[in-house]
Amino acid sequence: MVSRSIEDSNNSAGAHPLKFSLWLIIISIIMMFAAFTSAYIVRREEGNWLEFDLPNMLLINTAVIVLSSITMQLAYNAAKTDSLSRLKVMLVATAVLGVVFLLGQWNAWGELVANNVYFGGVSSNPSGSFLYVLTGVHGFHLITGLIFLVLVLRSSFKFKVHSKNTLRIQLCTIYWHFLGGLWIYLYIFLKLNH
Amino acid sequence: MSSTDISIHKEVHHAHDEHDHHHDLNFFEKYIFSQDHKVIAKQFLFAGIFWGFVGGFLSILFRLQLGWPEATFSFLEPLLGKWVENGKLDPEFYLALVTMHGTIMVFFVLTAGLSGTFSNFLIPLQIGARDMASGFMNMLSFWIFFLSSIVMFASLFIETGPAGGGWTVYPPLSALPQAISGSGLGMTLWLVSMALFIVSQLLGGVNYITTVINLRTKGMSMTKLPLTIWAFFLTAILGLLSFPVLFSAALLLIFDRSFGTSFYLSDIFIAGEALSNTGGSPILFQHLFWFLGHPEVYIVILPTFGIVSEVIATNSRKPIFGYRAMIGSMLGISLLSFVVWAHHMFVTGMNPFLGSVFMFLTLIIAVPSAVKVFNWIATLWRGNIRFTSAMMFAVAFVSLFISGGLTGIILGNSSLDIQLHDTYFVIAHFHLVMGAAAFFGMFCGIYHWFPKMFGRMMDEKLGYVHFWLTFTAVYLVFMPMHYIGIAGFPRRYYSWTGFEAFNTFTDLNTFISLAAILGFTAQFIFLFNFIYSIFKGRRATENPWHSNTIEWTTPVNPGHGNWPGEIPTVYRWPYDYSKPGAAEDFIPQTVPFSQTQSSNLPQEKDFE
Repeated sequence: MVSRSIEDSNNSAGAHPLKFSLWLIIISIIMMFAAFTSAYIVRREEGNWLEFDLPNMLLINTAVIVLSSITMQLAYNAAKTDSLSRLKVMLVATAVLGVVFLLGQWNAWGELVANNVYFGGVSSNPSGSFLYVLTGVHGFHLITGLIFLVLVLRSSFKFKVHSKNTLRIQLCTIYWHFLGGLWIYLYIFLKLNH
Repeated sequence: MSSTDISIHKEVHHAHDEHDHHHDLNFFEKYIFSQDHKVIAKQFLFAGIFWGFVGGFLSILFRLQLGWPEATFSFLEPLLGKWVENGKLDPEFYLALVTMHGTIMVFFVLTAGLSGTFSNFLIPLQIGARDMASGFMNMLSFWIFFLSSIVMFASLFIETGPAGGGWTVYPPLSALPQAISGSGLGMTLWLVSMALFIVSQLLGGVNYITTVINLRTKGMSMTKLPLTIWAFFLTAILGLLSFPVLFSAALLLIFDRSFGTSFYLSDIFIAGEALSNTGGSPILFQHLFWFLGHPEVYIVILPTFGIVSEVIATNSRKPIFGYRAMIGSMLGISLLSFVVWAHHMFVTGMNPFLGSVFMFLTLIIAVPSAVKVFNWIATLWRGNIRFTSAMMFAVAFVSLFISGGLTGIILGNSSLDIQLHDTYFVIAHFHLVMGAAAFFGMFCGIYHWFPKMFGRMMDEKLGYVHFWLTFTAVYLVFMPMHYIGIAGFPRRYYSWTGFEAFNTFTDLNTFISLAAILGFTAQFIFLFNFIYSIFKGRRATENPWHSNTIEWTTPVNPGHGNWPGEIPTVYRWPYDYSKPGAAEDFIPQTVPFSQTQSSNLPQEKDFE
């Protein structure tokens, strides 16, 4: 019945309802980060702000996540042209790059701790804590993206992702590009405010 | 975070493809973990009513303290246990009571109970859809809300008491467990519960917006939508944009409380001991909180704008006055709601110039609000008014909205706010304009759509008794509060008899408390009427109010999928009441212009 409501409706907007829902979810995530980054700016203006160098690791991670967006797009294109083996390779590549990104972020945290920039505790300052929160919450969303990716990968092994059934991988691609774009925004934001 | 939901949801889809129609659902699928929007709406309604009684009861407890400050409350001991010592209410428990009253009423009753009930129930039925865009996400929305409710309810019973820092949970008070007992475990549970609540609201909101945009039936253009749908739609957008910000604020507060960060804390001495936190800003929390908090009051009131517009038009037997102006004013209010948050913070030491900017923006809200009020009155003007219970509540809503709205113009002035900030004047203002008014809108909606929800009518006589007692009590409670508020009587004070300036208000406070008890008692009449009518009420017809909107074209008890056959096509706007030349005083949206040639207006001749 639920599916009927979607399939037989003469969809009044053009976009698939789920795709539309995904965009709305993306908007709510954007609002969350808008809150964090504006809080960052407001708080920084007030002084008592520890200045430190961003971990170099973050630049490498940025390259990794851009690369993963490219492989994701290639996977999507492969699905559209029914190149099923290339699809699987690209999906696996994306997932691996996603994990590499997360490990890289973990390393960046290690680099911060080595520089005596802590998340909490006696010698912490909001400027460091904000960096942990921004990367941490982004990392959390990246994990949800990875779960989504694994689900798509699983259905691609069941031959359920192909040119006639691209909705799932399309949603995953949109979400993955969004997570990449979000990171690039955060990186540029942090660069400019350091 | 929700991407996984979607993919899970896809699985559900595929599972459903195989059996198309009327497969037998077991008890759990049908009534507990239902994906049917009507059942979910009723679940939200029952939960909302439950929370309404809890929230109301808490207010009676602290009204007892305020009304009879010298009395001993030994009789409350069996209920409150150690919170009553030697017949005296514990002052910290008093703070917990007002905190929980606010939290429960604003979030659990007037956000989840109101939007959850009516958006879920009416959106698919009024736009002509079989169900919500995603029944699974909708079900998840209720059950996450349920989980959040359990956590919040459990916090009422823990040893250190529920959260006690006010419903706005300003740090540093809320961030430091050593400050008051209400900032201990109770506050942690509050934050956990609210985080779940936000996830639930976002899932619901995504669904409402998607459904309105994507699943409208043939002919149902955006300008043929009933105003209820416009209201729910804009409410969902406000929620989608503002709740994530509260989530961010709460997350940072959680880190401050449990992980030793200093986002909101700096240079604090507590019990002579200096805390290590440096560099935080408590004002930052207020900015983040009110960026949600102000849109939140519109999340509470907008759905009732829609409900009241619909009920007033139907029961005045007149088209709504200024349909497009109504949509425009709701759009205006929604837009403005995001740029006025700092009027809650006039006395935080903000730049006076900034204060005047926010004051200016705040006062502009009076314009769209006045447009709405004039349109409601103009709709009533010389209408063929039928005083159903729902209509009584709708008209009273307009009255309360005016009385409460006028004081908003006073409070919006940054200079007047210096005197009035945190006094009972503020309490009176927002209780009238968003508390009582939203409750009246909710009652109005329940009385009006009860026949469609349960297939039976509510008792009109009991409805009248409920209405008059509630209406009288609301004004008797909140009108005197303006008076003591102007005199400077501060909110959240447990004990005020020690102040020379406020001693003279003992009688007034007793009077307010008596009125509050009267109002609360009256709600049991509603409860009886509600439960009795579900089982024993007079059986309803398909369209008992002779209404135009398409939910009344469904069977008396609409089944899964809402319409047994084809979804009806819509030809006209929903407000063709008492159209000159028409055979009856209403023309449902599903009647094509070709069948109503005698009443068509010149510009409608083209559609014949």
